[in-house]
Amino acid sequence: MFKKDIGLLILILVVGTVVAVINPLFLSAINLGNTANLVGLFGIFAIGQAFVIITGGIELSVGSIIALLGVLFVDLIVGHEMAWPLALVLMLVLGVVIGLIHGLLITRMHMQPFIVTLCGLLIYRGAARFYTQDGTAGFGFGVSLPQLEWLTTGRTFGVPHSFMALIVIACLMWVVLHRSVFGRYLYAVGKNEEAARYSGIRTNRVIIAAYVISAILTAISAIFFAMYTRSISPSSHGNFYELYAIAAAVLGGCSLRGGEGSIVGVVLGTVLLQVLQNLVNLLGIPSSLNFAVMGSVILIGVLADQQFAEYRKRKSEAAGKISTA
Amino acid sequence: MLAGGSILKMADPFFRLADISKSYAGLQAVQGVNFAVSSGEVIGLVGENGAGKSTLMKIIGGVIEPSSGTLEIDGVQRKSLTVLESMRSGIAFVHQELNLFDNLDVASNVYIGREPLYGGPFRLVDRKKLNADVQPLLDRLGVDFTPETMVSDMSIAQRQLLEIVKALSLNSRLVIMDEPTSSLTLIETDRLLAVVAGLKASGVSVIFISHRLNELTKCADRVVVLRDGCIVGELAKGDISHGAMIRLMIGRDLKALYVPPAARPGEDVLKISNVRTTVYPTQTVSLSVRQGEILGLAGLVGAGRTELARAIFGIDPLLSGSVAVNGKAIQVDDPRQAIGHGIFLVPEDRKRCGLLLDISIAENIALPNMQACASGGLVNDVIVAANAERQRERLHIRAPNVDQEGSSLSGGNQQKVVLAKWLAMNPRVLICDEPTRGVDVGAKSELYEMLRLLADSGVAILMISSDMEEVIGVSDRIAVMHEGMISGFLERAEFSEHNVLRLAVGESIH
Repeated sequence: MFKKDIGLLILILVVGTVVAVINPLFLSAINLGNTANLVGLFGIFAIGQAFVIITGGIELSVGSIIALLGVLFVDLIVGHEMAWPLALVLMLVLGVVIGLIHGLLITRMHMQPFIVTLCGLLIYRGAARFYTQDGTAGFGFGVSLPQLEWLTTGRTFGVPHSFMALIVIACLMWVVLHRSVFGRYLYAVGKNEEAARYSGIRTNRVIIAAYVISAILTAISAIFFAMYTRSISPSSHGNFYELYAIAAAVLGGCSLRGGEGSIVGVVLGTVLLQVLQNLVNLLGIPSSLNFAVMGSVILIGVLADQQFAEYRKRKSEAAGKISTA
Repeated sequence: MLAGGSILKMADPFFRLADISKSYAGLQAVQGVNFAVSSGEVIGLVGENGAGKSTLMKIIGGVIEPSSGTLEIDGVQRKSLTVLESMRSGIAFVHQELNLFDNLDVASNVYIGREPLYGGPFRLVDRKKLNADVQPLLDRLGVDFTPETMVSDMSIAQRQLLEIVKALSLNSRLVIMDEPTSSLTLIETDRLLAVVAGLKASGVSVIFISHRLNELTKCADRVVVLRDGCIVGELAKGDISHGAMIRLMIGRDLKALYVPPAARPGEDVLKISNVRTTVYPTQTVSLSVRQGEILGLAGLVGAGRTELARAIFGIDPLLSGSVAVNGKAIQVDDPRQAIGHGIFLVPEDRKRCGLLLDISIAENIALPNMQACASGGLVNDVIVAANAERQRERLHIRAPNVDQEGSSLSGGNQQKVVLAKWLAMNPRVLICDEPTRGVDVGAKSELYEMLRLLADSGVAILMISSDMEEVIGVSDRIAVMHEGMISGFLERAEFSEHNVLRLAVGESIH
């Protein structure tokens, strides 16, 4: 674990303790379970975002992808009576396609990630709304998919399966990012794409892979969200989720310049965001202030982290001077 | 021949450098330079790459502070200048890499930061007055663009002239031009030279830095020659000739450094035929490097050597021509392909392309060869560290351990890390682009030893270098490039600074 991660963990514990003291409901099984569920839902695509941010890119279309794939998934099962495993696989394939398109536009066509994914944000949202003609897509009362429901919204020993899915995915992605050859390439490309290329790394492939990973994880999230909400109104479903993902990644130590970030950090970032949401509810803060609280904490957190890093750097430089003198 | 003596005879020098020296980290860039400029004088400044021309001009421009000596302007002595003081004293630069805003028009560029304003507190730009102020300057040079021409629509030559307009707008008395003609055509060059003559006629002095000796014979009143940071001579108008300039620019025995190869060079390992690159799309280059040989690739900055290396390594596209290794033609669209064929590049810009400054030495060394340090796609950090440790010992990389970040190393040790990542993979062809730039003397000789050892182990080495001492002292054979083509090959018997320089400026040696 990096120093940054420990700092974040301490922050979560402090915030959690304060909330728990003021309102003991925070530690109730129901509240913890619900918060864990939300951490699971948001954490999965936040990990995807982190992969993209580590390459120095950004993925703004996350919320729209969740809306579009959610709508399609529900409609395929309800409207077209497709078997759910097939629909699920189809959604993952669609995720791969979206990621590939983003990656190819960014690497081969030399477009800026911000622009490509901003257009994605607009296009997928529009497509979702058009597909349902702005109507709500949902599982009616009669529809029952016991296995899928158990998988996505079920709980084992009180632990929501979405949270378990996050843990499994996080472990997998931890190995990919921190132990695999691909992970080393990813960091190298994010730190200095030019030097990575001179070292024989096929930087374009690495970048495309990051967008594909992000889109697949987003597709998985989309299915979890569809099953969690059970009805999807395509104009609002998933709005601003990309910002939650970016916020979690940045809180977790990712630099938007690329080359930095860890899986543990992103998961902790997601936890902190959800604890903050929870805090707004439990402390009776007007929910209209929800975003303002989140924004302030991220601002202060990142500022403090930077100041601290600079302080450490100055200190180590001063120490270095003494030792060489 | 002492520089100061003849200068003192000139009439009313308004600008004078006395005994100026500058050293960087123990390296003497400029030593005891005496130099004076009178009004209406055109001074040519020549010297090899690294002779100290840029350093000297930066001192005059106030960009860097001299270590010792004084600058005197209109009789006032100073220890150093700031950029602003230099500008206010009437000194203007026309840089080699132009400092213009592409997205603005001519008038805005000329008066950037000091636009005529109206509207009181709103500080709006007075376009009319702006254009009216610029027009007479354009008329004075007789240029073919208007105050409203967008810079993005202008040719390099026009931009060069615009830089001069900018200088005139500051009422400059001394305009310093750093290789102003390096990207101009013959006709454009002639026009620029006419502008220089016009400036001279109106009492403006010009320092004209150029590698093109022809132009100097045409426009300069006198030519000052720099070598190793010293003024080694000065030619008055009547004495300016190629031979005289080249004789002054060189003048050391550089062959003493040479260590001959252990065996006679073998077959051609790298052979490139009729290759065209993006910088000089109309020129073709052919050369070959033999097994166990160090081929020096000399030439002036901008001759197209780096671009050639980049094309062979697959960074830039090859417009045409072929690359062959051991007699078999290969495809190089991508550095990975080049690496696969055993062609490795130690790039010129070490900090941007050579290594990743903020990852460890060990990972830098492992990066191109990560698969070999991994099993089942997972990296084994023990192997990464062990490999790096082996290379650290082999190349004497001075670092406490291989976990150090690249940025903590000196230039020479960084270069050893770049070399180490390739040595770990058994190169067939090693291309080194300015391998010892920014490297201290001790590490330099270590790097030379290493290159020779590598060559003796059968690697074909192509060494691009602008350092004459290095080219002549290390190479077994030299190819010289001039404006995108090979202007000649030299065997050891023909090695001399004189010959390399003549070929580098595009003349024949026979």
